[in-house]
Amino acid sequence: MTSHDLERLIESEGALGHPDSVSTLAEAGEVQGISSGWRVALREFADNKVAVLGLAIIVFFVLFCYVGPLIYATNQTLVQPLNSNLPPGGASPLGGHAGPLGTDEHGFDELGRIMLGGQAALEVGFFAAVVATVIGTLYGAIAGMSGRIVDGILMRIVDIILSIPFLLIVLILATKYSATVLALSLLLGLFSWLVPARLVRGEVLTLRERDFVWAARVMGSNRTRLVYRHLIPNALSVVIVNITFLVADSILALAYLGFLGYGLQFPAASWGDMLGNADSYISSGQWWLVYPVGFCLVAVVMAWNLVGDGLRDAFDVRLRRR
Amino acid sequence: MAGYIVRRVLMAILITIGVAAITFVLLYILEPSPVHDVLGRGARPAQVAAWNRANGYDRPPVVQFLSYLGNLAQLNFGYSYKLGQSVWQLFKEYAGRSIYLSGSALILSLVIAMPIGIAQAVKRNSVGDYAMTTATFVLYAMPPFLLGLILIDIFAFKLGIFPPLVPSTQTSTFQAIIHPRDYVLPIATLTLINIASFSRYMRSSALDNLAQDYIRLARAKGLSNRAVLYRHLLRNACLPMITLVGLSIPDLIAGNLLVEVLFNIQGLGLLFWNALSRGDYPVLLAYTVLGGILTVLGNLAADVAITVADPRVRL
Repeated sequence: MTSHDLERLIESEGALGHPDSVSTLAEAGEVQGISSGWRVALREFADNKVAVLGLAIIVFFVLFCYVGPLIYATNQTLVQPLNSNLPPGGASPLGGHAGPLGTDEHGFDELGRIMLGGQAALEVGFFAAVVATVIGTLYGAIAGMSGRIVDGILMRIVDIILSIPFLLIVLILATKYSATVLALSLLLGLFSWLVPARLVRGEVLTLRERDFVWAARVMGSNRTRLVYRHLIPNALSVVIVNITFLVADSILALAYLGFLGYGLQFPAASWGDMLGNADSYISSGQWWLVYPVGFCLVAVVMAWNLVGDGLRDAFDVRLRRR
Repeated sequence: MAGYIVRRVLMAILITIGVAAITFVLLYILEPSPVHDVLGRGARPAQVAAWNRANGYDRPPVVQFLSYLGNLAQLNFGYSYKLGQSVWQLFKEYAGRSIYLSGSALILSLVIAMPIGIAQAVKRNSVGDYAMTTATFVLYAMPPFLLGLILIDIFAFKLGIFPPLVPSTQTSTFQAIIHPRDYVLPIATLTLINIASFSRYMRSSALDNLAQDYIRLARAKGLSNRAVLYRHLLRNACLPMITLVGLSIPDLIAGNLLVEVLFNIQGLGLLFWNALSRGDYPVLLAYTVLGGILTVLGNLAADVAITVADPRVRL
């Protein structure tokens, strides 16, 4: 059976579309079966207009933040007091005009600074999500495959760390150890792997008892083959959906840290850092230092959430083609 | 059910001890002894050693942890040498305004979000549902401080209805309550943020329930739409909210911190933020432990409440 036939079969018989059933069918050539399951999910995602809009926003911001500075080059390292607090397009005492979004209190061009801050947001969001996902997936898979006692101990540890308020513990450590993109990513990642760990463990526990896993076991699969060929690929959809939400949450957490004064080391900046003094900008009417940054922050976080929702719906067969 | 609750309480105690252990390890790594806050940076090694011995900081870490646990059990959260006050005293002084702020925001958001969520589920895919869903998504992605800034800009600077900050002269909770105007914007900020997540859960919970047989049965019996909604749907759809409120305590603490810093409210969040820049570790870790204990208690209360409220959980 080619993957194409299988795909058509899945489409014609709605209930068969679940990744698990795909694998049941495809024990002989399991890799093919799974990839066609993925293709169905991908098509489902492409049909979801809101999710595609989210993806488009993310692509736009990646281009804006990384390609933007090549086209719109600005000074972001040397403080220029004479250029400070210029409104959009305002005349500079040094000659010339301010950019379309004016300048901040250090004389940095605000549009260029938003691009720079966006790089930090995207990088920290992505790296933190990767750190959390790697730790969480391994931890969850180990807990799910272990016996009752080890699993119980591992999950109680998760409960304990999950009970410590995330923002408080991250702030305490940020006062001591942070200020670079790498350090902040590690810090945020090290405290957000708990939800993925729980998800993967839950998924492994249910998958472990599924017929296709029993079938593989009866056919003589060893533990390693079971984990790599059957459990991880089937749990992967849950992990991928969770990554997008982790990115969104990490970007928000970075903004919280920045706003509270524990973001990146000056002159580097994240969007949160740029909003640290926003109350005084607002009281002096400098809207261009608040709303453009705020808009970008909300747009990017929302875009990741929309993509996550879209992926979840795409992987969830119960919602498919009713 | 009694057996389940007893086991659940024992588990909560165990997790609290675990939380205390982690914060103790952090405190031990970040600041093994507050001696330099007391004697100053230039203290001679002999003086430092003598002070540590006199105050028990030379004991093995395990012994120190046990005495830390014993202190916590007696609500002794340590001593801030930087402020010269016991942490519990500080908490008592600052907690009132935080409870007022977060408590009223929580109650308001529940009262507003539950009808919105149900209305969205009943009239799903209508214009109102889409509008509310969009608003929810935007609010969901909005940092509380940004929403607060927008509200300040509109209501304090453009319209001049409410003050942009809570005046620092307001030092007691009583004054906070008799000056409700000062607290409208901070409470509105937290309420709107909470409504975003609460109404979303409420909507999906109501949708799940609407698809179930008991609703169809109630309709088939000939019950009016109103009776189906109020007598059957409302009660069942509200059950997950119990769990959600129990789980939302870490979010409440985070939102509280950001809003207090933005609006200059002398509450626990602002106390914590000021302690960060002073490096006042006893206060920082004590608030973290307190937050952890509240989270554990919230989860416990939610689990017990759902067992009492929902007979299906007991099966």
